[in-house]
Amino acid sequence: MCTVCGCGEGETRLEGEGKGHDHEHAHSHGEGAHHRHDTHHYGRGPAHAHAPGVSQTRMVRIEQDILARNDAYARANRSRLARAGILALNLVSSPGSGKTTLLTRTLRDLQGEMPLAVIEGDQETVNDAEQIRATGVQALQINTGKGCHLDAHMVGHALDELRPKAQSILFIENVGNLVCPAAFDLGEAQKVLILSVTEGEDKPLKYPHMFHAADLLLLNKIDLLPHLDFDVARCEEYARRINPEIPILPLSARTGEGMESWYRWLRLARESRLLGRTPLAGETA
Amino acid sequence: MHEISLCEGILQILEEQGREHGFTRVRAIWLEIGTLAAVEIEALRFGFEVVCRDTLAAGAALHIEEVPGQARCLACAGEFSLSHRHAPCPRCGGYRLEVTGGDEMRIKELEVE
Repeated sequence: MCTVCGCGEGETRLEGEGKGHDHEHAHSHGEGAHHRHDTHHYGRGPAHAHAPGVSQTRMVRIEQDILARNDAYARANRSRLARAGILALNLVSSPGSGKTTLLTRTLRDLQGEMPLAVIEGDQETVNDAEQIRATGVQALQINTGKGCHLDAHMVGHALDELRPKAQSILFIENVGNLVCPAAFDLGEAQKVLILSVTEGEDKPLKYPHMFHAADLLLLNKIDLLPHLDFDVARCEEYARRINPEIPILPLSARTGEGMESWYRWLRLARESRLLGRTPLAGETA
Repeated sequence: MHEISLCEGILQILEEQGREHGFTRVRAIWLEIGTLAAVEIEALRFGFEVVCRDTLAAGAALHIEEVPGQARCLACAGEFSLSHRHAPCPRCGGYRLEVTGGDEMRIKELEVE
């Protein structure tokens, strides 16, 4: 069990981290398979039942949110990020929306202007983090193993490892999945949803949970529109049925069209995070 | 898939509560799941059984109360029940809705010993 927080997820691997976190987790898995053959196991099933009339059962009312633990980690991440003036953005999309391409172009274009950092979430491989580091920006890969989303606890550990600079923008690239990441608050300031025009304009209706949770919609790959039947106006209408106030920016990470609006959005979001805050001791403007 | 994570969350809460309230076995558990919470009930039941094997909640009965979606229309202020997030207001046809209920995922009560 993790000594920092008592965590027990055995599948998660933090890139470059063998020490003190992974090793002891393995025990929480595989036990089930082992015990299934163990018919002499005590305290299981009907053998443990009480005689009629002497039952010791009682009711306990607890009224707790199932995600309470994740939400507590998320709150801790959020206040830690806010203190350091870091704008954390949770990037969500389906696989193949062009998220990593969009991100690497953004990093190349903005890294001279402000500090940036990236947490990369994928089930397997460190390919994306390597691609990000090739831009010169600090990045850390989290492999979720069987997990289909990042959670606040993984992100907390990644923050310990990565140590993003004060006043930076931290991009957290979630696992490509339009379902599960919607439910797991990471402590980010905002969720940015990337939808590519190759995916079909009714995605907002098919995955309403994620579109409802998002704060900004980037409509990527618009350079391909001449070759597709994708109706941008209809897609926007569907997205606003689910999330009436959501801002939508059409762009192409490949040609660069529309990227300037995204950068303006980033600058404004970062600026509003920094205005009026108390700098940390030793922090330079 | 994320139903498994939810079940792991439930189990963590049960273990914490077990330490706090001094019980070692959970016989039954009552959950409240909103119909807008994007939880597949059958997957949750399956995941619960798998995740709880060889734990204090092995074999516990799982009672799930589904809470219907509720919304308020921001245009006409009508309040109504909502089956899907993209459903329009039944009174004025508008889509500017505020979801007021139906996305909860809570543990309500336990039967323990």
